[in-house]
Amino acid sequence: MTVSMLGGLLMSALLLWTPLALAALGGLLHRVSGVVNIGLEGQMLTGALVGAVVSGATGDWALGVLAAGAAGGLIGLLMSLCITRLGANEIIAGLGFTIVLSGLIGYLLRSVFDVSGTLRVAGLDPLPRILGLDPLFWLTIIFVPLIGWSLRNTVAGLRLRATGDGFDAANALGLPANGIRDIAGTLAGVFAGIAGSHLVLGQVGLFNENMVAGRGFIALAAFYFGRARPLPTALACLLFAVFDAAQARLQTAGVPAQLIQTLPYVVVIAVLTATAVRGVRGRVRRAG
Amino acid sequence: MSVRLGARDVSRAFGPVRANEGVSVEIRAGTVHAVVGENGAGKTTLMRILYGLDQPDSGTVVINDQPVRLRGPADGIGHGIGLVPQELAMIGSLTLLENLVLGTEPRSGPRIDWARARGEAEELASRVGVELPWTALADNVSISVRQQVEILRALRRGADVLILDEPTAALAPAQVDDLLRLLRGLREAGRTVVFISHKVDEVLAVADEITVLRGGKVITTRPVGDLDRTSLIELIVGQQVGFTGFVPSAVTGDEVLTVAGSVSLSVRAGEIVGVAGIAGSGQDELVERVVGLRPPDGRITLAGQDISTLPVDRRRAAGLGYISGDRRSEGLSMDASLADNTIAGTHRTLGRHGWLKPSAVRAYAKRVLDGYSVRYGRTTAVARTLSGGNQQRVVIGRELDRDPKLLVAAGPTRGVDVLGMTYIHDKLRALRDNGSGVLLVSEQLDELLDLSDRIIVLHGGRVAGEVPGGPASRTAIGTLMLGRTPS
Ligand SMILES: Nc1ncnc2c1ncn2[C@@H]1O[C@H](COP(=O)(O)OP(=O)(O)OP(=O)(O)O)[C@@H](O)[C@H]1O
Ligand SMILES: [Mg+2]
Repeated sequence: MTVSMLGGLLMSALLLWTPLALAALGGLLHRVSGVVNIGLEGQMLTGALVGAVVSGATGDWALGVLAAGAAGGLIGLLMSLCITRLGANEIIAGLGFTIVLSGLIGYLLRSVFDVSGTLRVAGLDPLPRILGLDPLFWLTIIFVPLIGWSLRNTVAGLRLRATGDGFDAANALGLPANGIRDIAGTLAGVFAGIAGSHLVLGQVGLFNENMVAGRGFIALAAFYFGRARPLPTALACLLFAVFDAAQARLQTAGVPAQLIQTLPYVVVIAVLTATAVRGVRGRVRRAG
Repeated sequence: MSVRLGARDVSRAFGPVRANEGVSVEIRAGTVHAVVGENGAGKTTLMRILYGLDQPDSGTVVINDQPVRLRGPADGIGHGIGLVPQELAMIGSLTLLENLVLGTEPRSGPRIDWARARGEAEELASRVGVELPWTALADNVSISVRQQVEILRALRRGADVLILDEPTAALAPAQVDDLLRLLRGLREAGRTVVFISHKVDEVLAVADEITVLRGGKVITTRPVGDLDRTSLIELIVGQQVGFTGFVPSAVTGDEVLTVAGSVSLSVRAGEIVGVAGIAGSGQDELVERVVGLRPPDGRITLAGQDISTLPVDRRRAAGLGYISGDRRSEGLSMDASLADNTIAGTHRTLGRHGWLKPSAVRAYAKRVLDGYSVRYGRTTAVARTLSGGNQQRVVIGRELDRDPKLLVAAGPTRGVDVLGMTYIHDKLRALRDNGSGVLLVSEQLDELLDLSDRIIVLHGGRVAGEVPGGPASRTAIGTLMLGRTPS
């Protein structure tokens, strides 16, 4: 393998890393507030579609990204309200939103846009490049340490952690614990929505109803693996992205595509299992 | 202004349970007002209402002589009321400092000004006369430390009415003295204190006025001068109470427990061995090693069998019972039903082929709960809904009913009322007289002296000495606890 091939692999891995890490960081915030967000997948898909359409309609990538974030945030807020105010189970709510959204989007594509599955948007404005990579990549890179620092050192960060670990205690101190969770859920939606827009505006240049392909769930696995800490979470995303980039290259090398495509997912499962086993061993035999 | 905080005809029911019924109290500014009553009498319910954490079905809260509606704790805090709850509301994954400032963080912009927070914390702590490990996680410090942080937190939030719900339940005598001194100091400074305790001596020592609740109703409110120990106990339980006092063991048999390691000791069948020491002298480590929650640092045998490497369930199967000092996280599963909590560990005997028999489960749970006078509605209610003392009775009932060869009891009467305490003491003695061994760890010196046949005193993680049980050993224990040799 040559240096330029390695460089190419790295660049495409970073490209694939961006939406994954963004969504994972959003999910991480929600997780720190005490809710496991299973809805990232649907929020990413929504962001991808909205990003594509708005970018095409306005000819401005930034507006596309903002609209995707707003759409994701709105869905994130709705989902959170179902959980915090209506007492819906977070797993059911997350799965439900994802299923309904992908169904709705499939229907919209056929009825409104009159296409089956893939939407090519005329006049789509792709993300520009700064130092060879797109602005969302740089944004995500900044977010990793920034979120870590904020969780430790800002009022919002402290209250978020408090709500996650001591919901009743936070309430008893007069903090609006449900409101804090709603904010975190909205933020998760914003992050996931923007992540979705990256798939269209930063990578493929068109929208496909299957384009998220489980990345919302990989993001979920990432912040679990990272124990809701930004750096390990981002690294977990990088691991997946590297194997995702590698599998794309191996495909062109003639190995059966279906097999190769599973590679990044298999790696994630293997790593998750390994850390889980270590976690169980590390704990003193408390259950008994 | 006379009534700083009060209730006017407040009622609150939980399903069939009338926790408060037409309760009226008046707490005058600048006084220490004690609220006493049996387990489940409705004390915590009333305090939660006064703080705004819960709303009455009827009646109103009174603040500064005016009826007010508190919609949430933020309203209570806004009126200068602070609550240190019975089940402490500290967040385990946050440091003490983070817990202290949570909700009212000193900030510069969005950032928390940690230097200022630390300064305020130190200042507050020194004013009250305590020293705290501010960077430790709340999970890793003792209950008494957590409680001090809660009190400081309420003060820091500008509370001039401080409600303390059973603050002394988990404290050693010296710490209780410190706390009472602190409360008197607050009163001198013009603040108002509402104080809940099952220990009548403390109440009589610190309170200006005493309100007695029984079955959700106010029995009476009296100035402390009108009451003495006997009359107060009678008011609380509605009858006269006989105390057993120290009764040494008649016969002792073979060793049921031997522990070797940094702390070495043994317990014989038919013997209660007490463990005394100031908090953090190695009691927790000892208990955790015997029970199997911490890797051993030496050989541990139970009725002759080496259990040092066995997991908890195998130790329990071998005849170990454990009353945890921390019922909230170790003693009970707070969100599981009373039935599930009661049968845990015995469940295999209550069904066949891996299926539980619901009728057998219910019958077993009912027998244990009724047998230990737990005040509950249904066996399907979750443990969280019981009052603190009733939760403790569930743990006691479950562990004693298994008739263990060795019972490890850590703070077995924590939060239990006067009647319940004598009752549990009698049960522990009965267990001993039946030939079981008991390892009793308690912060309550009186409890240790009353129950133990021998008392082992720990200091700095080692055995400092051993004294016989009974009231005569009081001073010797005090000396040993400080690491000195009694003359
Ligand atoms: N959330 C709840 N749901 C159902 N029942 C409740 C709830 N809170 C309290 N109760 C019931 O109300 C009664 C009064 O409880 P409360 O906690 O006020 O008693 P207490 O006087 O504080 O007792 P203790 O000394 O044991 O702490 C009890 O019978 C309890 O089971
Ligand atoms: Mg109570």
